[in-house]
Amino acid sequence: MAFLDLNNLEKTFGTNRVVKDFTLGIEKGEFVSLLGPSGCGKTTVLRMVAGFETPTSGSIRIDGQDVTGQRTNQRAIGMMFQAYALFPNMTVADNVAFGLKVKGVPRDEREARVTEMLRLIGLPDKGGSYPFQLSGGQQQRVALARALAPRPRVLLLDEPLSALDAKVRVSLRNEIRAIQRELGITTIFVTHDQEEAMSISDRIVVMNGGIAEQAGAPFEIYNNPRTRFVAGFVGTLSTFSATVEDAEQGLLAIAGQRLAVAKGAIAAQNGATVTVALRPEAIHLGHAEGREVVLPATIEEVHFLGSVIRVRARVADTVVALDTFNRPDQPPPPQGSAADISFAARDLILLPQ
Amino acid sequence: MTRVLAWGAFLGGCLFFLLPLIGMTEFSLKMRRGEYSFDAYRRVFEDQRFWDTFGYSLILAGATIVVGVLLVVPTAYWVRLKLPQARPVIEFITLLPLVIPAIVIVFGYIRLYNTSSVLPLTGSALGTDILLTMGYVTLALPYMYRAVDTGLRTIDVATLTEAAQSLGAGWITILARIILPNVLVAVLSGAFLTLAIVIGEFTMAALLNRPAFGPFMQLLGANRAYEPPALAVIAFAITWGCMGLIQLVTRFSKHERAKA
Repeated sequence: MAFLDLNNLEKTFGTNRVVKDFTLGIEKGEFVSLLGPSGCGKTTVLRMVAGFETPTSGSIRIDGQDVTGQRTNQRAIGMMFQAYALFPNMTVADNVAFGLKVKGVPRDEREARVTEMLRLIGLPDKGGSYPFQLSGGQQQRVALARALAPRPRVLLLDEPLSALDAKVRVSLRNEIRAIQRELGITTIFVTHDQEEAMSISDRIVVMNGGIAEQAGAPFEIYNNPRTRFVAGFVGTLSTFSATVEDAEQGLLAIAGQRLAVAKGAIAAQNGATVTVALRPEAIHLGHAEGREVVLPATIEEVHFLGSVIRVRARVADTVVALDTFNRPDQPPPPQGSAADISFAARDLILLPQ
Repeated sequence: MTRVLAWGAFLGGCLFFLLPLIGMTEFSLKMRRGEYSFDAYRRVFEDQRFWDTFGYSLILAGATIVVGVLLVVPTAYWVRLKLPQARPVIEFITLLPLVIPAIVIVFGYIRLYNTSSVLPLTGSALGTDILLTMGYVTLALPYMYRAVDTGLRTIDVATLTEAAQSLGAGWITILARIILPNVLVAVLSGAFLTLAIVIGEFTMAALLNRPAFGPFMQLLGANRAYEPPALAVIAFAITWGCMGLIQLVTRFSKHERAKA
């Protein structure tokens, strides 16, 4: 049994089934992200774990204890919100001490813990400040300290970085991850930002329409998406139509070129049309060694992103996206020019039909 | 042209409100023939009934504020948090005291709580005081509810509640330590409005035969010439003093300044 067990969770609002048969086990100290578009049910799952929503059916167990019917304030969880939710009438120190006060922790112990927490988040001298005197990033750090101070069993993060600017987001997410590792606290992180989820999670659960489409390590999710939705939602994907030439031998044809994928990987009959996909980093501009498939293309768009240049090229009736590293001695091809693209058959992702 | 009209309207408004006040104040100072004096004010302050009735009304105002806060803050909080669909109904109910005359309410009270009823509150002074307090709570409800509701609008009630719950807090802790301190200025403005209403209220106190400030003002107005305007100026000063206190509290409340 996992440390945090969500078993067959269902949540219905009126006639709308927001979460459908959601099952997930999270080990102690694991950092799991719930990733998905708006309305996929990820926040509802988090809110059920927190106790803010009661599951229509299913159960939630923390450390072997069934907490499904327990109120939020009995669950010993810590939570960070998108809107910081610091208590405006209290100083930073009072905010951090709040959970400890509620628990009845003696004053000396409480003050020591507050000092420890403020040091942990890198704001040791801000104890006397009010939330309005802090920046967004600092407020969210305080919210983290406040959530961690009473030593919760599970830390729940409800899109805590969404309201912050890009630079602060990156630094704070790394800080959150570092603190989570240091304390070894079991964490669920809800986000719609795939980069955020992939950069800090041990495991990602990709959700769509109230169900968990796939759960796995970021590497696994990105490279071996099990459903079309996961493939399309996580990262950028270019799709091609291919004809199955020999399903048993793993032979396909794309734009008249024959290529071999792993034997038995094709779950379609000979002559059938299947969809294959490629990540932008798997497609090369021009010919390259080890990339046996070469297709003629027309450059449609060039986006300079700094270290990477993203090129959109048209191949027959398909537009593919490819990434190439920026090199000052090699300017990107001009828009409208003709160029070959190449890729290796081993990089193809065969999408389920 | 528009500026001239705007200034004209502003000056017209000022004159409309200030002229009667100035006239009344001036009249209250003319008790001594041929010169201005504070004789009328001295007479009022020397009258023991002034202090007795004012003290009585002040105590009842305090009780009204306490009951009002205990009734309105949890109600407005709960409606915002859990029953937003009930808001129009609650707002309508809180507006009723504005459309139902106080005399109707007090006759209802007398009929319901007279000495031959199940709950004979009018049978004793304390009972009548309780009844009067409840009446004042009703009268002040539109102002108290709106003040508190406006205060609640300035904070993220739902998220703050959830944050406190996640830290182990129960409902009473949340209300007392999170919600109330964050709407304190709104509660205080509601409280000062309540104070102003209670101090000047006549109908209920007179019909319940209680020695409140309102009936005393009426009594004085019926028998004297210079003291009533002096009393009115004092009442205005009390009200404006309350308004000033609201401003003062807002200014000295650090986190309230942040919201502004």
